[in-house]
Amino acid sequence: MIIGSARDIVEECGVPRLLFVDFPLGNPCGEPGNVEMQAELLDQALTLLSTAVLPRTTTQSPFRWSGGDDWREMYMRVDDSNREALLTAGRERRAAQAAKRANG
Amino acid sequence: MSREHASTARRTFVSYIDKSREFYAAHGYDKPYQWATHDDVPFAPLSSGALAALRVGVVTTTFPVGAPMPKQVMAIPTSPTPEAMFTADLSWDKDATHTNDVGSFLPLNALHAAVERGTIGSVAPRTFCVPTQYSQRQTREDAVAIESWCREDDVDVVVLVPL
Repeated sequence: MIIGSARDIVEECGVPRLLFVDFPLGNPCGEPGNVEMQAELLDQALTLLSTAVLPRTTTQSPFRWSGGDDWREMYMRVDDSNREALLTAGRERRAAQAAKRANG
Repeated sequence: MSREHASTARRTFVSYIDKSREFYAAHGYDKPYQWATHDDVPFAPLSSGALAALRVGVVTTTFPVGAPMPKQVMAIPTSPTPEAMFTADLSWDKDATHTNDVGSFLPLNALHAAVERGTIGSVAPRTFCVPTQYSQRQTREDAVAIESWCREDDVDVVVLVPL
């Protein structure tokens, strides 16, 4: 089974069981420093493990990220404020990769 | 649903497929990433009461600090729980959170506690680290290696925790 926060990617792949933890990517097993939450999340996963009757069963953990919801919009954000910078970064990366290939 | 509510309603979860496609398109990459997809998904139901006897293994996309590069699928001892794992090269939300607490992405302490409570039988002696930066073909080969290690360790159930 999977414990994860990228629900669409895991469901696109298709897995027997997913405990979906609706947190920013990085802490699928619970918020840092919150041992009680981490224990409870594991219990939720074990409950899913023992109760699912069909593949592709997703259970959403009821926990909500304590730091608010801004991360949903901010992660991999693309808007007018950074569009030019992202394109420049992409061009520089491709140029660096091409140079690396040329140098063998 | 009120008009006001409708205007602020959103899906309850982020689509990383959409986000990453738009993000890399903005970088000038025109070919979207092909995410793994399967028509058939294996499944084995767990019989009632079986959990308390099971041996549970863990697969993580993180690696031990100082692991050889380039990363290759590897097995590490489950105990003691590592104090830190190498996560800097992985894609996760480095603005919203951090990975300084291993328990936030590697449930080894929580599993050991579950053994003490009698919820599960045991934790596998080895934890498996799998790279994410290469092809689906290579990942399938890694899966074969992990399956083989799981059989050696008599693992009944594997929990995968992608960062």
